[in-house]
Amino acid sequence: MAKKGGLMKWLDERLAISELWRVMMSEYYLPKNINFLWSFGVLTMLVFVILVVTGIILLMYYKPDSKLAFDSVNKTIMMDVSYGWVFRHTHAVGASIMFLVLFIHMARGIYYGSYKAPREVVWVTGFILFVLMSATAFTGYLLPWGQMSYWAAQTITTLFEKIPFIGPDLVIWIRGNYIVEDATLTRFFALHVTLLPALILVFTVIHMYAVRIVGSNNEDGIPMTKEEKKKNGIPFWPVFMSKEFFVMSVFLLFFFYLVFFNYGFAMDPINFQPANYLQTPPHIYPEWYFLAFYEVLRGFFFSETLGLIAFVASMFLPLFLPWLDRSPIVSGKHRPLFRIMFWIFIIDFVFLTILGKLPPTGLFAWLGFIGAIVYFIFFFSLPIISFIEKKQVASGGGQQ
Amino acid sequence: MAEEKVSRRDFLLYAIGGWAAVGAAGVLYAMYKTWEPLPEVKAQATVTFDLSTVKPGQIKVVNWRGKPVFVLRRTPDMGKCENRSILDEYTVVVGICTHLGCIPNWEAEKKIWHCPCHGGEYDACGRNIFGPPPRPLDIPPFKLEGTKIILGEAGPEYQKMMKG
Ligand code: HEM
Ligand code: FES
Repeated sequence: MAKKGGLMKWLDERLAISELWRVMMSEYYLPKNINFLWSFGVLTMLVFVILVVTGIILLMYYKPDSKLAFDSVNKTIMMDVSYGWVFRHTHAVGASIMFLVLFIHMARGIYYGSYKAPREVVWVTGFILFVLMSATAFTGYLLPWGQMSYWAAQTITTLFEKIPFIGPDLVIWIRGNYIVEDATLTRFFALHVTLLPALILVFTVIHMYAVRIVGSNNEDGIPMTKEEKKKNGIPFWPVFMSKEFFVMSVFLLFFFYLVFFNYGFAMDPINFQPANYLQTPPHIYPEWYFLAFYEVLRGFFFSETLGLIAFVASMFLPLFLPWLDRSPIVSGKHRPLFRIMFWIFIIDFVFLTILGKLPPTGLFAWLGFIGAIVYFIFFFSLPIISFIEKKQVASGGGQQ
Repeated sequence: MAEEKVSRRDFLLYAIGGWAAVGAAGVLYAMYKTWEPLPEVKAQATVTFDLSTVKPGQIKVVNWRGKPVFVLRRTPDMGKCENRSILDEYTVVVGICTHLGCIPNWEAEKKIWHCPCHGGEYDACGRNIFGPPPRPLDIPPFKLEGTKIILGEAGPEYQKMMKG
């Protein structure tokens, strides 16, 4: 904010905007040893903006009523509203790509040890954002009221039935009916378009604030003070963001290529049949971004209780990374043992995602079980790796 | 701390805090209640169905509280179904998989219900015989009047069955 002319000056005197700009943008320094993976944070915000804009347009024709919802989406928005289909496809593809961007953003954090002290709050708020995004996607997916929408909601709400004592009543309470019905649709709608996006906004602000306090991590996990970064680093604005604009452009090319030419993955054909509560489609599965967790659930095919515990654990274990991994070495770049486990974990996650869509019988059932076990091995290897590395560092080995 | 007299300021603080907590609890309770099923849903009446309209080996699906209830008239080769049989030859079960709530499909050649979601299987008595389902298909509360069955009301036959 170089020029301080009339309006800017007037505003500055009243809102201290130049101070805000300095703290958030022009005097927030990033280290130089970061790579393009550090762009994914800003990309999630870009995708969120796309979802909000397209969502508001959809909202103008969507009807949250079990009798009207399906047609309001598949007829009104898709066929009658000019360019309605663009907004629907963009919203659906946006939701899907949001998870791709989030997963890469999180994997970056895991690889470079960005969850470690002093960035625990950054990690925890980021994890809460992941949970909120999942809830938003799940509630949104019910809205078109197709067969896949319906049965995804039916199965996932049934999960709550297994909670001891209160489970069965809780499910009826969540649904507002004995089955997923109109009441469920309308409340999911309310959550999807108001409460959840509002919470996402709030946590995004806390997340950003927290990063500005503790500063960005870097490839080598070297702690740097603000002064060091100021001397050797680059300011967020304009230097980092100018690179970011380039990354955004490339991303948007890819994104709109998907929207216009390859949106099928976000629009399941089964969902173009209206919801029928007396007929489960022959093969149901969640959207791709939940498949890995879903496969952990199915992996324990011999025990339902174990499967459920594993499912919940698989989603919430990443939250505890800062406390599972106490090694003094921050970045995976300098942790050979950790690196092996990390790549096994990534491969396993992809493997589980693929398996989640295949029928859960015979060999696949066992592969799912093995995949689920490997998923957990990563998390439980961390305290052991930390122990080994602590000893190495104490005896002068290892790199800080 | 314990001996210290509660000052006037502390007292006012506790009072206003307590009052706010009561208010918050009231609001939360009201919010909680808004999510309960509406009276019209809760009052969904019982359903009456005439069992004799089902031919041997055939299945009919009755809609009860929005849930499908399978009525199967068994042929002798499908077993006796100890303590799960109604009028000796009918299997009446809620057609919702006890694993995660999908609707199993009847496979007539194999004489089993097969769940499309995670591959669970139930025999003609509704007992889980394979896969993740933790228990047999539920038997809905019922009352018998001749060959008519009333779903949603617990008659003596149902109570006897539940006692085992
Ligand atoms: C993190 C943000 C969001 C995610 C992950 C998300 C996800 C989804 C998903 C998966 C669907 C179903 C897509 C389909 O098959 O059609 C959907 C539908 C919908 N969303 Fe969102 N959404 C988000 C934000 C919003 C916002 C902010 C609004 C409005 C202010 C909104 C309004 C709607 C509406 C009206 C529908 C139903 C129309 C349709 O299905 O095409 N969404 N959303
Ligand atoms: S819901 Fe039927 S096997 Fe999982």
